[in-house]
Amino acid sequence: MKILINIAFVLLSFSLGAQNAQFSIPSVDLKTIDGKKFNTSDIKNEDKPIIIDFWATWCKPCVMELNAIADKYADWQKETGVVLYAISIDDAKSMSRVAPFVNAKGWEYIVLLDPNSDFKRAMNVINVPHTFIIDGKGNIVEQHTTYAEGDENKMYEAIKKIVEKK
Amino acid sequence: MSKRRILGNIIIINILILLCLNLNLFSQSSNQGEIHGNIQMDAQSYKADSTINAPKVPEKMLLNSYANLTYTRGKFTAGIRYEAYLNTMLGFDARYNGTGIPYKFITYNDENLEVTAGSFYEQFGMGLVLRTYEEKAIGYDNALEGVRIKFIPYKGITLKGLTGKQRNFFDVGPGIVRGADADFSLNELFPFMENSSTIINLGGSFVSKYQADKDPIYKLPENVGAWASRMQIMRGGWNLYSEYAYKINDPSTDNRYIYKEGQALLVNLGYTTKGFGWLLNLKRVDNMSFRSDRNATIMQLNINYIPIFTRTFTYTLLNKYPYATQANGEIGGGTEILYKFKKGTLLGGEYGTNISVNYNRLYGLKKSIPSDTNIIGASGTLGYSSPFFEPGNDLFYENVTTEINKKFSKTFTANFIYQYFSYNFDVLRGMTGHGTVYGHVGVVDAIYRFSESHALHLDAEVLLSKQDQGNWAMLTAEYSIAPSWFFSASDQMNFQNPEKSEANHFYMGSIAYAKGGSRLQIGYGRQPEGVMCIGGVCRNVPASNGFMISLSTTF
Repeated sequence: MKILINIAFVLLSFSLGAQNAQFSIPSVDLKTIDGKKFNTSDIKNEDKPIIIDFWATWCKPCVMELNAIADKYADWQKETGVVLYAISIDDAKSMSRVAPFVNAKGWEYIVLLDPNSDFKRAMNVINVPHTFIIDGKGNIVEQHTTYAEGDENKMYEAIKKIVEKK
Repeated sequence: MSKRRILGNIIIINILILLCLNLNLFSQSSNQGEIHGNIQMDAQSYKADSTINAPKVPEKMLLNSYANLTYTRGKFTAGIRYEAYLNTMLGFDARYNGTGIPYKFITYNDENLEVTAGSFYEQFGMGLVLRTYEEKAIGYDNALEGVRIKFIPYKGITLKGLTGKQRNFFDVGPGIVRGADADFSLNELFPFMENSSTIINLGGSFVSKYQADKDPIYKLPENVGAWASRMQIMRGGWNLYSEYAYKINDPSTDNRYIYKEGQALLVNLGYTTKGFGWLLNLKRVDNMSFRSDRNATIMQLNINYIPIFTRTFTYTLLNKYPYATQANGEIGGGTEILYKFKKGTLLGGEYGTNISVNYNRLYGLKKSIPSDTNIIGASGTLGYSSPFFEPGNDLFYENVTTEINKKFSKTFTANFIYQYFSYNFDVLRGMTGHGTVYGHVGVVDAIYRFSESHALHLDAEVLLSKQDQGNWAMLTAEYSIAPSWFFSASDQMNFQNPEKSEANHFYMGSIAYAKGGSRLQIGYGRQPEGVMCIGGVCRNVPASNGFMISLSTTF
């Protein structure tokens, strides 16, 4: 019973929390799949929108989502200039699998390695997949957890909205 | 714990939740800093069910929950995590029972300097001598509490130093951990290598733990040191990574108080080009359990982490017999080939076809009599001696897995997996008398899109084995409406179980709703007993029957 009360509280807060509060990208040291250092404060795309997508090679819905976006990514880029940063949370166990995996899929994203989930923790991500959509000013305007077939279309609507706003 | 105390705690959680979410509204202005966080709550009701061996739970309902809150302003970040286990859900360590704020930190972060006081997670290289991390799904958290400094004295050099005690449920362990790590990126360090097509990264770490010796029989080392070195070379699609670690003698419950030194070697070699990937992993681990309390066991107070290189799957039946890290000793490796048949080719079809073939084989170490005694593994001796490159006679694990992923049309995608495995039950579950389990697993996972946002996901899995619990079959149907709704129903069936006359069904139904950074799931069903592993670290999952509610939000 008390748990139900808890849930009621949280549901009530959902609507409050859903507002677009100021949310900027924390600074965490990661690595690219080419073995170079990368600080997350360098996640930039001039004034154009950015997608940050937390995923892992072992996460089925994550791969489905990134596959679905991959089919449309070239068009999205042409129309909005959006850039997708795919943050792999594969740890030491499967980290070496990320580059071959990405290449075999033929993905064109900027892939970063977060082997001890430092960036995931800094962004308060609980489960993957978790995506953030960021406007040209570096503010997080939307986020989404889990993946359902067709989510990529909703994502694109949000990206277009950013571009149209300008 | 009294009812009043539980109620009190729940009120605290509620206040915390409301506080977090409302503060969020006020955090619009950047010069006042930003407040963010997340909340996760999992609760389950339990009903005794003798047909599946689900035990009676006196509390009837159990809850695992936590809330993180971080405040960032300029160069400072401060954070806390409140955790409540009322009481701890079945399958998690009951020593978590209760509530508290086990995680709190403050960090100062400037361009070349970062200082953290309080709790922190850190990893040196692959973690062979130090890795602190958390994995809530298995109840793992070995955070260090103390001080950490990261410093970049020169472009291409990163130095880290730390000291602290490790989290032990709602307390800290008895040992003190001290560590230092240096990381060199030669391409950044040397101007002539800046534009080189060869990337070289080197690193080294040293970690030492202190724990007083109060043992009545043995004279134990109070300070135990371990070091590791690592190297990465990348060129033209090739990637070689290797890490070697050494630890001085460290008698413990894990190694039954032998005085042998520990060693571990990991080698990863890979080659990749557009549409192709190849990987080779080799490892040898010998007596490398390293904890800040020599009497700790299972998931408690590990200082280091030994990765496993078998593939992780999200499919239920591929996780029935997962490999687990053997810190006391293992030798073996694995290889995998990933390939994409291009669009428009015979096997590629209209959209291309992805395939992957993967093989792993791991053995125990070959052990012979050490120099100071005439038995293997006796406490108080050197334990055993072992040739470096020669495997022992015990096969711990073997698998071959083939996966085909194909998009047939704009609306239809499917995934096919076949796996053969051999699983040394006695070694991997720490039991006796079960022998080795051999099995074949097949998975067909198909998704059909009805429209832009409606899709049906069918997942059929079979596991055939003559040992342990016999055969399993599972069918899951999930209907999703993007971006928010998921309706799922499944049945997992155990049949031809050598110990049961009738087949057992494990039905499960659930509804999930996702919006923004939040997700709510409500389900009802039966859960079979088994193990759940993440990264080679496993917890037992007892059988259960009941309602479950899971809620998470990121803000």
